[in-house]
Amino acid sequence: MGRLFAVEIVYRGIFQKTLAKNISRAIVLAAHQEGKPGISFGRYGDSPERNGVPAKNFAIVATDDQTLEEGMAKYEPKEVDISIAVDDTLCKGVESWAWYGLQPINRLLKPGGTLIVTSREEPEALIEMCHRKEYPYQLAIVKGIPSFSGLWVYKEDHSDVRILGAIAKVLPELFSLESVQKAIRAEWKDELKATSAARSYERITTVTVPPNQGNPEEPFKFELPKWSEMREGVTIPAIPRGHAMENTATQQVGGWQPERNPTFKKFSTRTMRPVVDFDTCIKCTLCWLQCPDSCFDVTPDGLYDANMQACCGCGVCEAVCPVQKCVTMVNETQFRDNDSQWEMWNKDKEGYKKWLLEKIEHGPGPQRSHGFRYRGQYEEQVPEMLEIAREG
Amino acid sequence: MAQAVASLEQQADKTALITGSEAIAVACKLADVDVITAYPIRPYDTVMQYVAKLVANGELDCEYIVAESEHSQFEIVKHASAVGARVFCGSSGVGWMYAFEALTVTPGLRIPMVAMVGNRALDDPGAFGVEHNDALAVRDLGWQLVWVDNPQEALDTALIAYRVAEDRRVFLPCAISCDGAFLTHSQALVKIPSQEKVDAFLPPYNRGDLLLHPDNPITVAPQVNEDWLMEIRRQTAAAMERAYTVIREAYAEFEQIFGRRYGNPFFEEYQTEDAEIVLVGMGTLSTPVKVAIREMRKEGKKVGFVRVRWFRPFAAEELAKTLGRFSAVGIIDRDFSLGSPYLSGVLATEVRAAMYPAAKRPPMLDFICGLGGREVTLPDVKKMSDIVYHAAEGKPQPLTQWIGLRE
Ligand code: SF4
Ligand code: SF4
Repeated sequence: MGRLFAVEIVYRGIFQKTLAKNISRAIVLAAHQEGKPGISFGRYGDSPERNGVPAKNFAIVATDDQTLEEGMAKYEPKEVDISIAVDDTLCKGVESWAWYGLQPINRLLKPGGTLIVTSREEPEALIEMCHRKEYPYQLAIVKGIPSFSGLWVYKEDHSDVRILGAIAKVLPELFSLESVQKAIRAEWKDELKATSAARSYERITTVTVPPNQGNPEEPFKFELPKWSEMREGVTIPAIPRGHAMENTATQQVGGWQPERNPTFKKFSTRTMRPVVDFDTCIKCTLCWLQCPDSCFDVTPDGLYDANMQACCGCGVCEAVCPVQKCVTMVNETQFRDNDSQWEMWNKDKEGYKKWLLEKIEHGPGPQRSHGFRYRGQYEEQVPEMLEIAREG
Repeated sequence: MAQAVASLEQQADKTALITGSEAIAVACKLADVDVITAYPIRPYDTVMQYVAKLVANGELDCEYIVAESEHSQFEIVKHASAVGARVFCGSSGVGWMYAFEALTVTPGLRIPMVAMVGNRALDDPGAFGVEHNDALAVRDLGWQLVWVDNPQEALDTALIAYRVAEDRRVFLPCAISCDGAFLTHSQALVKIPSQEKVDAFLPPYNRGDLLLHPDNPITVAPQVNEDWLMEIRRQTAAAMERAYTVIREAYAEFEQIFGRRYGNPFFEEYQTEDAEIVLVGMGTLSTPVKVAIREMRKEGKKVGFVRVRWFRPFAAEELAKTLGRFSAVGIIDRDFSLGSPYLSGVLATEVRAAMYPAAKRPPMLDFICGLGGREVTLPDVKKMSDIVYHAAEGKPQPLTQWIGLRE
């Protein structure tokens, strides 16, 4: 039997859909340059058209046709040689639209496989975000801001070919740099892209992630019920309405916290989260009213606390808040938990203020990852993205 | 109970001269249906008119909604049924097909809708005579399908349909097929049972834990992926399996309360005891077939007839056992299934499939006959019987023949 290779590209709908497809196709075409057959497909149950929702593409390559057929006989690969995240906030986990609960980004990685992430973060920061694994794996960072390359009017930033160059380096058995350059020339007819792939090939470095390092949270697990155990009539119990909240410090009871779906959280769709300045909030209710996902808990003291399990990061609350810098969207890489901001503020108002300013003013990374914080933001960032592509 | 039933039996039925459509409308009144939706198409529209009259006369208190299309018609009753209303709906031909999306989702949601299909050819060309292809189109989807052949049976079967569909073990929709013109438009003397009898037979619709109501907060039909749908289909299949038992129970109790006997609920046998060959068919073609059989018997030809009532669930084993008794079988299809095995009709294909595991499998021929409402004549029936006799004698015959066709 020959060897089977599987690569997954994890991306965010809709802006990265074409980018992921292009990478997936190019993997197969590059391997084909070496006579290896392969297939490329999008995960059917995903919803790649939905803004921000994590989705996947797969490329399966084999050394011969029969081995490829073994790979094709499965709905999708059960393990992969390489996982690619084209948006670093995906490292926190993937909750596909075709529901499987929140799953680690590195779930399918074989022992010793490589996770390739486009990011401006350091490896340590990304490792902290990824769920821990029992065995070691490799992490390679292609420096960059999440790209929308290939979709409609968005300018090329060569993220696609830089990732392809990185693959040639970390898994030369799949294809060589020469093969991938040939495929790039045939597919894009762009010598500059072939050069970008070579640069990335030269520059890419990997770090080994030792066993049990990373986010200790247990990945979501569930058992599928038998047909005879399921409720009939395609009915499921509704989510209960909710209840009043309690301020544990003052025992004050009041406000309202709606119950939320315990198994479908939505937050893996988020690339930016709102941080709220409770000291300047005028309790106008607009954020609570306009949030499309009813994320705001009404606190006993009449404030509005965005629930981070539920928030999909759409930015509507920031847009509608009438007070300047009261609600600010901050890149998701700047956070490690989904804790309540209001509770943090309640416990230590001074400390919270410091934390808040740090997040909104001094935070390092880009304010955008997927989607926009404001109109025209992507275009503004393109020169910087190209600079990174050139200089690494 | 026994005493109560006995006293009910003594209540005299009223007799009325009504069409099959009117008989169904009367059943709606007796079943005290809560929500009825309508959209005109011939021949179903006759029911709609009769029901409207009952409502206008104050004889039936229900929501009567004229929808803007058949699709909405079936969607409205689907939702009404989900919130606990007893519903009635219906259509014909391409109208039924226009509702198809709503029809496909109704069984999975376990909606015990009762519908009348006034069987009609599928346009184009504009044609409104009977063909069974309209109702048969849903045969794989979880709809119970029953064919009747006279107004009395239409009324009785509608009551039985509510009883079966709304049984918690089943909770599946049921369509009563009534041949356009022959049944929907011709009047016959029908015994109309008393309300007390109907009330004793038909318990109120209780949707139980599936009721969509603020006191029972549930979500119906969420999005699912490949991990769930097969289990949902299996549940619907199990409900259809249970329908066999529930149908038998309903007919047994119907006989007790109403004193009318239908024998085997799934198919009627006519002069089969001593028959050498039999014809099989559905709906009102039973009349010319029975008359022709009586004439043929005078000539010494022992022909019998099996009229299939319940097409879904299909009583395969029982039917196979019955048909195995004869030396040849001719199936009359008032439908077509173009390109199907042996280029036969739907009924023949099903009967042949049912016969496969049977110990005795006589030759089985199919006749495509009476399409578009064409009369099935006595000579047609005799011709078919002769062909079946030839097969019984071992003379090879084409497996499918078109009868009553200008050739
Ligand atoms: S970003 Fe704001 S408006 Fe959007 S989902 Fe989150 S809390 Fe709601
Ligand atoms: S919109 Fe701004 S000011 Fe108004 S309640 Fe929300 S956070 Fe406070």
